[in-house]
Amino acid sequence: MIENLVSRRNFLKGTALATAGLVLAVQLPDTVRRAVAAAGDQQSFVPNAFVKIDGDGITLIMPHTEIGQGIYTSSAMLMAEELELDLDQVKVEAAPPDISKYMDPILYDQATGGSTSTRSDWMRLREAGAAARIMLVEAAAEGWSVPPGECRVAQGVIYHDASGKSAAYIDIAPHAASRQVPKEIRLKEPSQFRLIGTKAKRIDTPAKVNGSLVYGIDTRLPGMGYATLVMAPVKGGRIARMDEAAAKAVRGVRDIVRMDDAVAVIGDHMWAAKQGVDALGVEWDHGPNSSVTNASIVMDMHEVSMKQGVVIRDQNDARSAIDKAKTKLDAIYHSPFLSHSPLEPLNCTLHIGDDNAVLWVGTQVPVRAQKAVADAIGVPPEKVTVNNQLMGGAFGRRLDVDSIEIAARLLKDIRYPVKVVWTREQDMTHDFYRPYYYDRVAAGLDDSGRLVGRTHRVTGSSVFARWAPAAFINGVDPDAVDCAAETPYDEAAVLADYVRHEPAGVTTSWWRGVGATHNVFVVESFVDEMAHATGQDPLEFRRRMLTKNPRGLGVLNVAAEKAGWGEMLPPGRGRGISLQFAFGSYLAHILDIEITSKRQIKLVRSVIAVDCGIVINPDTVRAQMEGGVLFGLGTAMFNEVTFTNGAVDQSNFDTYRILRINESPKVDVYQVESGEKPGGVGEAGTAAAAGALANAIFSATGKRIRSLPLSQAAV
Amino acid sequence: MKQVTINGIVHDVEVSDDMPLLWVLRDVLGMTGTKYGCGIAQCGACTVHLDGVPVRACQTTMDSVYGQPVTTIEGIGDTLVGAKVQAAWLEKEVVQCGYCQSGQIMSAAALLSENPRPTDTDIDDAMAGNICRCGTYVRIREAIHSIAV
Repeated sequence: MIENLVSRRNFLKGTALATAGLVLAVQLPDTVRRAVAAAGDQQSFVPNAFVKIDGDGITLIMPHTEIGQGIYTSSAMLMAEELELDLDQVKVEAAPPDISKYMDPILYDQATGGSTSTRSDWMRLREAGAAARIMLVEAAAEGWSVPPGECRVAQGVIYHDASGKSAAYIDIAPHAASRQVPKEIRLKEPSQFRLIGTKAKRIDTPAKVNGSLVYGIDTRLPGMGYATLVMAPVKGGRIARMDEAAAKAVRGVRDIVRMDDAVAVIGDHMWAAKQGVDALGVEWDHGPNSSVTNASIVMDMHEVSMKQGVVIRDQNDARSAIDKAKTKLDAIYHSPFLSHSPLEPLNCTLHIGDDNAVLWVGTQVPVRAQKAVADAIGVPPEKVTVNNQLMGGAFGRRLDVDSIEIAARLLKDIRYPVKVVWTREQDMTHDFYRPYYYDRVAAGLDDSGRLVGRTHRVTGSSVFARWAPAAFINGVDPDAVDCAAETPYDEAAVLADYVRHEPAGVTTSWWRGVGATHNVFVVESFVDEMAHATGQDPLEFRRRMLTKNPRGLGVLNVAAEKAGWGEMLPPGRGRGISLQFAFGSYLAHILDIEITSKRQIKLVRSVIAVDCGIVINPDTVRAQMEGGVLFGLGTAMFNEVTFTNGAVDQSNFDTYRILRINESPKVDVYQVESGEKPGGVGEAGTAAAAGALANAIFSATGKRIRSLPLSQAAV
Repeated sequence: MKQVTINGIVHDVEVSDDMPLLWVLRDVLGMTGTKYGCGIAQCGACTVHLDGVPVRACQTTMDSVYGQPVTTIEGIGDTLVGAKVQAAWLEKEVVQCGYCQSGQIMSAAALLSENPRPTDTDIDDAMAGNICRCGTYVRIREAIHSIAV
């Protein structure tokens, strides 16, 4: 086996396939690598799963996928910091599917989601960079017969100043390949950071402004067919009849492939495929879910929410505390099903052989993607090559691999490469939706307006139970109650419980924050209700409950000052607060709105103060705050997915509106300096949106919004 | 066989007259910078210039294209204003996922060609047809203002 690898490597050396050969080196255990080097082979330097230095230059392997959030830049910064490189000296490459090397230690999967990437990589990528640097310096020092401690590195060049010697990483790399990986790695102190904390330019964007970046949907291969599909409009439905002859008669149609619940037409281009699908005129047996409506789903949730669920937090008998309180409040909040609708519709390209397959796709979960194809066509996973592409958004949708599995099952007998692109309509009506949540909350406040007890029952689907059953323990979905059981506030008595309810005919999944995004809306709206019910200023009410939370108080104070809290607002204006500790970061959002003369809500200004610990790239943090809060505001204003006769009512951006530039507020982001370990930022802004909006509407109109999206009728 | 001029280059195409320009660009000619987002002229990801005017390629059939020059994201950088827009987009770090940005840049270039110093309202009017799911609007506005003369 080892001999084969070595001879194959020698064969590949100097050929165009050499890069493919060198990737094998990543898989080789240290002992083998040393043996290979000792044999005098031209060696690539692969000290760990993240760094590769060879004739092609310096390549950093990205454990997390680039969805637009900027992680390629931040991850490269973490490694380049310790490698003493500038970002323009490195290339980056998506990690292949290999959970043993690229598992996200928070998600326990090779996955990009949950705003965990920087939290996961903060230590390991710096250590990977430092280990590589140490080995390279040691190799150089040995060659020069000088102590490694006398060497320094700048921009990938190792210097020994006393002797005037210097050598570039690329030249030293072959000599470093046989060295032991250092056992002790000392990382830089934050005061020594040269890249971390700077607004380094993003490395993925130049190709995105001239049309040259190849997203998954842009894959082109010789002889490739273009396919699109239509799937059962109701979950569990099946094809009743269709006119294959009519589809075949469409100019440019090559093949029609079908399953019980989906059919795809393959053509010379998407236009032929689309016309072919239309010509099929598929009629459906809708199956057991054809009577599902939104009203039936909500009625079911109302029923199950009456009974106590699995207790998540029970501290100091909150029910009794509320019973004895002077002011008592209770309310029901609704959060709708939501679609992801990344602007790049779901797609993948497959070239299936007799006992292997090659996949081109943008996925947040490459190992799952590989397995989906392998299982569908009946080959071992290692026979499926995954080419992971940059994504045109995902927002959690590409944490599932249903689109890849369906494509592989449809195409299993097709031996030429085929790109399957979902139309926007199929994408929106066959999404795995953010769950509908039905929240019952109650609170009691004493004579002085202090919160003495709070209860919160979350009723809704468990995404974890489907997506990662191992994390669904004793009926507790840790995400569903995130930010409901624990809040930023000092609380004397809390009872939080969770009622799992899986709605018929709907598959639910991750989104841009699920638990936090829905619960922060509920909790922060309800905190606002508490303040108003007791005649207190919403800011002061929150401040009084933050005596043990300096970071929470810190962001709240910054946001309040920058937003000008306390100033008189002109007539028609409203101002609302939302505060959260979510994804490991503290965030306060103060939103100004205006009710226009046409009784429309106009978003005026968002002020965000965020403390996400040590910041890798402040411009990326700002971008995620801006984009995240607009994503959340647009959703709260306009978006819900509803069902009629089991089928989704919304099918494109005319019926599922996305916030537009003319509807967007000004967004001002303030970053509170912190030496704490990094927190997540990708979803934080989104979670902070709806509560601030509902509270701003109350401030402007005196009307309390407890159901999203906002109905214009409400104002 | 008919001829269509794209970014100054003449291409022979043999497609039906009702085929949308979007699919001719992407699937027949291999110019994938122009994106498919909705297919119903709601998102603007497929914006190209037809004789200098921004249009949605998903709704522009080939019979209406012949005889008029087409400019796409692959060619807009060859114009002065297009190159400025692309540079401003990078300078202001507008881009996140980037999927809508071909269309955003095409709309912005058309706006600035007509109106070198647009107001916020002008920007709203010209750019409201382009959806950005990542929410880069704050910076799109900044970038356009930064180019204004």
